[in-house]
Amino acid sequence: MTDVPFPIERGHVRAFARALGEDADVVPPTFPIAFSQFDPDWPLRMKPGEPWNGSGADAGRSSGGTGGLHAEQEFEYFRPIRVGETLTARKRQGRTWHKSGRAGVLNFAERHVDFHDADGNLVARSTSVSVRITKEEPS
Amino acid sequence: MTVTAGRQVSQVVVTDLKRTQIVMYAGASGDYNPLHTDEPFATEIAGHPTVMSHGMLTMGLAGRVLTDWFGHENVRRYRARFKAPVWPGDTITATAVVTDVLTVDGQRRAELALTAVNADGVEVLSGTATAIIDEEA
Repeated sequence: MTDVPFPIERGHVRAFARALGEDADVVPPTFPIAFSQFDPDWPLRMKPGEPWNGSGADAGRSSGGTGGLHAEQEFEYFRPIRVGETLTARKRQGRTWHKSGRAGVLNFAERHVDFHDADGNLVARSTSVSVRITKEEPS
Repeated sequence: MTVTAGRQVSQVVVTDLKRTQIVMYAGASGDYNPLHTDEPFATEIAGHPTVMSHGMLTMGLAGRVLTDWFGHENVRRYRARFKAPVWPGDTITATAVVTDVLTVDGQRRAELALTAVNADGVEVLSGTATAIIDEEA
């Protein structure tokens, strides 16, 4: 995927910090997850003209749950993120592995987002691990 | 406070979690999955007792034990595993314990293990972290 700009905006950071019970201009260590707001491919928001599965006149409908469950999350920092800068986000696939569980086969997949600054230096990395349960091992 | 292996800090990071806080988190993070904020969807479609808090909200709340202790700019790594759901009304206590202190590139760094539990003592999150020790703090 191509690089996507992630502007670190004061109002966005403050809204995120407030949601964590903070009331100061601080960048919480989990803030890079909010890159979702700028990710054109992010599925978990309403988009103009596209159907949405939440309730309205009726209770809504299941999305099918194809994305799997968010099992683990990691953030690594090479320097702090600063309000006012614009980072560049680059998504890439990581490792995949599976193991047998009581419910079937647990299929794990890692996804990384690398955040670089204007000088091209790596500032932070987000790693998400999702798990999808299937009856058998994928071929 | 000198940071040495074995030292630990516990903190109540949310008391009686309100649905409004979950809505605030959805709005700021961009995760608008209706199972987090939409009661008819959460109960009738997803089959849950009520809306479920975002795992990432739990991770963010538990992270306050790190940022309050070491400072936001000093948290260099934070990893979490989501162990059990968090619901409105939950009170979450996070505990961080220093497992090791290392000197890397002339900086003292603490390796930490984290856990977060609800009022029933059920672990909702476990994790690890690395933080720079600010000697002047």
